[in-house]
Amino acid sequence: MSGVHVSTTVNGDDAEFVCHPGESLLDVLRDRLGLTGAKEGCGTGDCGACSVTLDGQLVCSCLVLGAEAEGRKITTVEGLADGDKLHPLQQQFIDKAALQCGICTPGFLVAAKALLDENPSPTEEEIRFALAGNLCRCTGYDKIVRAVDAAAKDVKKQKARVKAKRK
Amino acid sequence: MRYEAPTTTKEAVSLIAKAKGKSFVLAGGTDLLVKLKSGAVEPDLIVDIKRIEATQSIKKTANGFRIGAAVPGVAMGKSSALKKSWPGVVEAANLIGSDQIQGRCTIVGNLCNASPAADSVPALVAAGAKAVVVGPKGRRTVAVEKIPTGPGKTSLAKGEIIEAITLPKRPAKTGDAYLRFIPRSEMDIAVVSAGVCLTLNGKGKVTKARVVLGAVAPTVVVVPEAAAAIIGTSLDDEALAAMAHACEKACKPIDDMRGTIEFRTDVAGVLARRAAGIAYQRAGGK
Amino acid sequence: MSFDQKFTDQEFKVVGSRPPRPDGVDKVTGRARYGADASAPGQLVARILRSPHAHAVIRKIDTSKAEKLKGVKAVLTSKDLPDLTNGNRGNFDILENCMARDRALYDGHAVAAVAAVDEVTARKALKLIKVDYKILPHVTDVDKAMADDAPIVQPHIAQNNKPSNIANISEFGHGDIEAGFAQADVVIEKSYKTEQTHQGYIEPHACLASVGPDGQGELWVTTQGHFTFRTVCATLLGMDIAKLKVTSSEIGGGFGGKTHVWMEPVALALSRKANRPVKLVMNRDEVFKASGPTCSTSIDVKIGATKDGTVTAASATLRYQDGPFPGPWGMLGAMTSWACYDIANVKSVAYDVLVNRPKVAAYRAPSAPMAAFAVESTMDMVAAEIGMDPVDFRIKNAASEGSKASYGPTYGPIGIGPTLEAVKKHPHMRARLGKNQGRGMACGFWFNFGGQTCVDLNIGVDGTVNLIVGTVDVGGARASMSLIAAEELGIPYDRIKCNIGDTASLGHNDTTEGSRGTFSSGMATIYAARDAIEVMKQRAAKAWEIDVADVEWRDGAAHAVGVAHSNLAPLSLQEIAAKSPTTGGPIAGHNESVADGAGVSFASHICDVEVDPETGATKVLRYTVIQDAGKAIHPDYVEGQFQGGAAQGIGWALNEEYVYGEDGCLKNPGFLDYRIPVCSDLPFIDTEILEIPNPNHPYGIRGVGETSIVPPLAAIGNAVSNAAGVRLNHVPMSPPRILKAIKEQAQG
Repeated sequence: MSGVHVSTTVNGDDAEFVCHPGESLLDVLRDRLGLTGAKEGCGTGDCGACSVTLDGQLVCSCLVLGAEAEGRKITTVEGLADGDKLHPLQQQFIDKAALQCGICTPGFLVAAKALLDENPSPTEEEIRFALAGNLCRCTGYDKIVRAVDAAAKDVKKQKARVKAKRK
Repeated sequence: MRYEAPTTTKEAVSLIAKAKGKSFVLAGGTDLLVKLKSGAVEPDLIVDIKRIEATQSIKKTANGFRIGAAVPGVAMGKSSALKKSWPGVVEAANLIGSDQIQGRCTIVGNLCNASPAADSVPALVAAGAKAVVVGPKGRRTVAVEKIPTGPGKTSLAKGEIIEAITLPKRPAKTGDAYLRFIPRSEMDIAVVSAGVCLTLNGKGKVTKARVVLGAVAPTVVVVPEAAAAIIGTSLDDEALAAMAHACEKACKPIDDMRGTIEFRTDVAGVLARRAAGIAYQRAGGK
Repeated sequence: MSFDQKFTDQEFKVVGSRPPRPDGVDKVTGRARYGADASAPGQLVARILRSPHAHAVIRKIDTSKAEKLKGVKAVLTSKDLPDLTNGNRGNFDILENCMARDRALYDGHAVAAVAAVDEVTARKALKLIKVDYKILPHVTDVDKAMADDAPIVQPHIAQNNKPSNIANISEFGHGDIEAGFAQADVVIEKSYKTEQTHQGYIEPHACLASVGPDGQGELWVTTQGHFTFRTVCATLLGMDIAKLKVTSSEIGGGFGGKTHVWMEPVALALSRKANRPVKLVMNRDEVFKASGPTCSTSIDVKIGATKDGTVTAASATLRYQDGPFPGPWGMLGAMTSWACYDIANVKSVAYDVLVNRPKVAAYRAPSAPMAAFAVESTMDMVAAEIGMDPVDFRIKNAASEGSKASYGPTYGPIGIGPTLEAVKKHPHMRARLGKNQGRGMACGFWFNFGGQTCVDLNIGVDGTVNLIVGTVDVGGARASMSLIAAEELGIPYDRIKCNIGDTASLGHNDTTEGSRGTFSSGMATIYAARDAIEVMKQRAAKAWEIDVADVEWRDGAAHAVGVAHSNLAPLSLQEIAAKSPTTGGPIAGHNESVADGAGVSFASHICDVEVDPETGATKVLRYTVIQDAGKAIHPDYVEGQFQGGAAQGIGWALNEEYVYGEDGCLKNPGFLDYRIPVCSDLPFIDTEILEIPNPNHPYGIRGVGETSIVPPLAAIGNAVSNAAGVRLNHVPMSPPRILKAIKEQAQG
C-alpha cells in the first residue's frame, strides 16, 4: 500500500495525516487525529453516529474516504461549542434529558446543527425527517425532538440579541 | 490500492483504461464505501470524480437539463428550476437515504450501482433521461434504461464513465411522479416502486404516458401496457384499475427479506395508480 | 437484611427533581469515552474469523500462512483456549460460544482470531486462515427444531434418554385448568409466532485488553457488568480474579445484550499470546450475527371466561428458541405470561429449544414481550367475544395485593390495577379515530431484581462527596444516585460526584440487569450515606463532648438534641468535613449487601395506528405509557425508560426481525434491513408515572427499565387488528404480513 498524504482543516485547525487509500474519514478522525467524538455504529451510513460536516455539508464520515478530505473543511462534534460556551443544542440536550447512553448524541448534535443552519424554525415533522438518518435506541426520540425544537428557539433568540447589539 | 482525484473527465477515463486490476469510480461513495467496508470489493484503483468540473453542476441547457455525475441529491433538491420541471425525478433522487446520504449520493451512482431497487432510476426512465458516457473511444449518449443490465451489472465498457445525466425540456402539460414503498418512513431500500410521466391534451385526456416499475425484476421495467391503459383516458377509476392490472402482470419479482413476490406485485399496481394520480395533477389535470 | 416496611407518603427534598446529569457535558462534547474510544501505546488490532455456515464440523484450521504474514503478532483458535471450566457446563458454553471447538454452531460463530499491527493486516491475515468445514444439516426454526427428525444441535442434551433440541421444560400455575375451562361460557384458543429481534444498541461490542506474562491484566470494555465479566474472563483463562482489573467504559446501550461475554476472553487471550495490548471492536454485522439477540417464539394460548367477564381458566404453551446453548428464556416466558391477572386455574408450560442461531441473551424484560403478545391479544379476543370493554375486562381480572401470582408468590402492593384505572381515565382513550385507524391497549409485567451490591461514599475536606457505585450507568443512573445521596445527607445535588468504580476499587456488584441499578445501588447508597452520617454524628458528639445518642442528623447537619444542649449550634457536614483531618481522619460510608425485595412492576400502554389497506403499511399515530415506578428518583430518566422501551417494542411489533435463508445464514445483519424505528416513524410518546411505593425499599423504588417493552407488541397488535379488521398473530406485523391477512380476510 502507498499512503495518501492529506492536508485538511478540522474544526478550524489545520490538520495533516497520511492514510490508507481505502481508509474512511471516520477512521482517520478517530485513529489518526484523536477525535473520538464521531462514533462508528454501523460503518454503512445507516445510523448517523459518525455524522460530521464536510465543507458545511452533513455527511456520514464512514462513507467518506480520508483521502477525499484534501483541502476541505471538516466540523465534528468537538467543534460545536464556542470555547467554554456550549452550543444551544448541546445545552438543550442536557437540560431536556435528550440522551440516555449518549453514543448517538454527537451524531444527532451535528445533524441537528446542520438542520438549524438550513432551517431555523423547523416543524416537528421537519425535525423528525431531518434526523431520520440518526438512530437512537434509548430515547424513542421524544426528548431529542423536544430538545432540538427548544434549541432552535434559543438560536433564534441568540441571533436576535447579536443583531440588537449591532444596532 | 491507489486513490486518484483527476480534474478532467479525460484524465479519469485514461486512469481507468490504463489501470491494472480492479478500478472503481468514486462519486458520492455511498455504495462503494459500504462494499469496501464489507470486503465485497477490493479495488486496486479508486478514481474520485468529484474534482472534475464537468461533474459538479446542474446546468439548464437549450435541450433541458444537464446534471453532473458528482452532483449530490441535496443539490438537486435545491435547484428550483429542476424541481419545477421534473418534480418526480427530484423527489426520487431525494428519497435516497438520509440527509447525510443526500449530501453525497448521486443519481449516476444510483444508476451505475445497478440495483433493481434504485430510487432515481424509474423516475429518470419515465422522464426520458439520457446518460452522457465518456470512454477511451469518445462520447456517446444513451437512454438511462440501457445502462443497468442486471443486479450490479452495467453496459459500460472498461474505461467508460458517465459524466452527466441529461433530462429533456419538459413538454407542455406534462407531469411526472415517483412513489416507492418502504416499511419505515425513511432509510429503507424500495421494496417496490413506480415512476410515471404523462402528457395531457387540452381536454385533460392523457396523450402520452410512460410507466416504469422498480424492484420487481432484475432491472427497472417499462410497462407499455400500463401506459396504453391510461392513454386516451382522464384517469378514471376503470383506466387506473386496468393500468394497475397491467403493472401487476409485468412484475417478475423475487421473494426476499424486503418483500414477497405477492406483496411486490400487489403494491406495484397500487403505487403506479397513486403516482399516476400525482403526475396527472402536475400535468394540469383535474 | 430487613427494612422498614412502610414508605408511603414520604416527603423528599431533592429526590423527584430533574437536575442536569453529571455526565451530560462529556456526552454532548464528544469527550465521553466509550468502548472503542480507548487506545494503549503499542496496541494491536484484533479481528475474528467467523463461520459462514449454520452448522458444520471443523475438521481442520490451518493458520500457518496467517502467522507468517508480516505484522501479525498472534493467531488464536480454540486450541489456545483449553477447557478450564471444571465441568461447569454454563461456563463451557460461554467458552465454546467465544470460539468454536469441534463444530461451528451458527452463521457467525467465531472460529479463529488474529492480532496484528493494524486493521488492514488483520483483515488480510483472516483471509489466509484456511478452515476445512464439513457442513451438517441445520435447523433455525423453533417449531421445526422440536420435530422428531430435526438435526440435533447439542448431542449431550436429551429428553427421555433420546437426543433432543428441547433443553428445558418449565411448568407454572395452580388450580385445575380443565375444571376452569368447563366453567367458562367462552373459550378462545389461538397460536402466535414472534420473530427474533436484537437489542440494537448503537455501540458495537468493543474492548481493549492487556495481559502480561505475569498473569496480571486489564480490560477496558463496554459492558453492563464489569464484575461479572472479570469473573467469567478470569475463570475461562485461568487467571486470578484479583489480578484482572476490568473497567467499564461509558456504555452505548445494552438492553441486556451487554450482560454477557462474547469476545472479551479472545481479546485477553490474544493479548497474553502477543504480550501487547489488543483492541477488539465488532463490526455491526458481527453484532447481529454473533452477539445475543432475543428468542423467536411459537406460543399457544387458551383463555376461558364467563359472560360476566371472569377468567375461569387460562393456559399457555410457550416454545422459546435459545440459540445453540440452553438458557432460562422459556421459563421466564412461562413465569411472566399470566402475571398481570388473578386467575383461579392457570397453567404455563414452556420449552427451551436449541437451534443453529446465535446464543440468546437477555433483551429488556427478556421473554415477557412475546408471552404478553400472545396473552394480551387473546384477552382482547375474549373481551370482544363476550361483548365487554377490553379495559374493563382486564380490570375485572387484574391481580392485586394478596393475589397469588401464576408463577408462585403472593403479591404485595402492586400497580396493575392502578395503571388500568389510569388508562380508563386517560384522554387518549376518548380521542376520535379516523378511517383505517384503530386503537389498542395491553398490559405488561416484569419481576425486577436486586442482587449483590457494594457502594463507597467518601466525604472530602470541602464537604463534597465522592460516591462510587459498581452498577453501570446506562441511562442516567449517576444522576439518580447523586440525588439519593444528596437526599440522605441533606446537601445539594451539585455537592455529589458519582463515579462508576472499576473492579479493583469496589467489592463485587452484580451486573446491571433486571432493572436493578437504581433499586439496588440506590439502596446501598442510602445505607452508605447513613454509615457516613453515623461517623459525622460521632465527630460532632466528640466536638461537643456529649453522648452520640444526643446527636441527630437533619438538613445536612448534626444537631444536638435536648434542652441541655440548646446552646450548641448545629455542625454542618461541611464544618465536620473541614475538621476531619484532626478529628479522626477521612469520613467515609460503605455498604455491601444483597438487595432483596425488588418490587414487581406493571405497565399498561395505549396506542392508535393507521393501516393502509392497500399496502399494509402501519403508522403509529399516538402512544401512551402508564407505568408504576414505585418512586421516580429523576423523572426525566424514568420517562426516558418508558419511552425507550415503548419505541423498541414498536419496532419489534412492526418491522424488526432476523431473516434466515434456507442455508441457515442471517440475511439482514445490518441497520439497513434490520429496521429499528427512525425518528420519523414515531410520534411523541406520552408517559404517566404512577408511584406505588415498593415496601421493601427505603425510598419505595421499583426498577423501571424493562417493563415498558412488554406491552407494545400486544398493544400494537390489538390496534392493528382493530384498524385492519383482521387479527394479526405473527410479529413483526410487517406490511407483507398485514396485507396478506387483509387479503385472506377479504377472500373469506
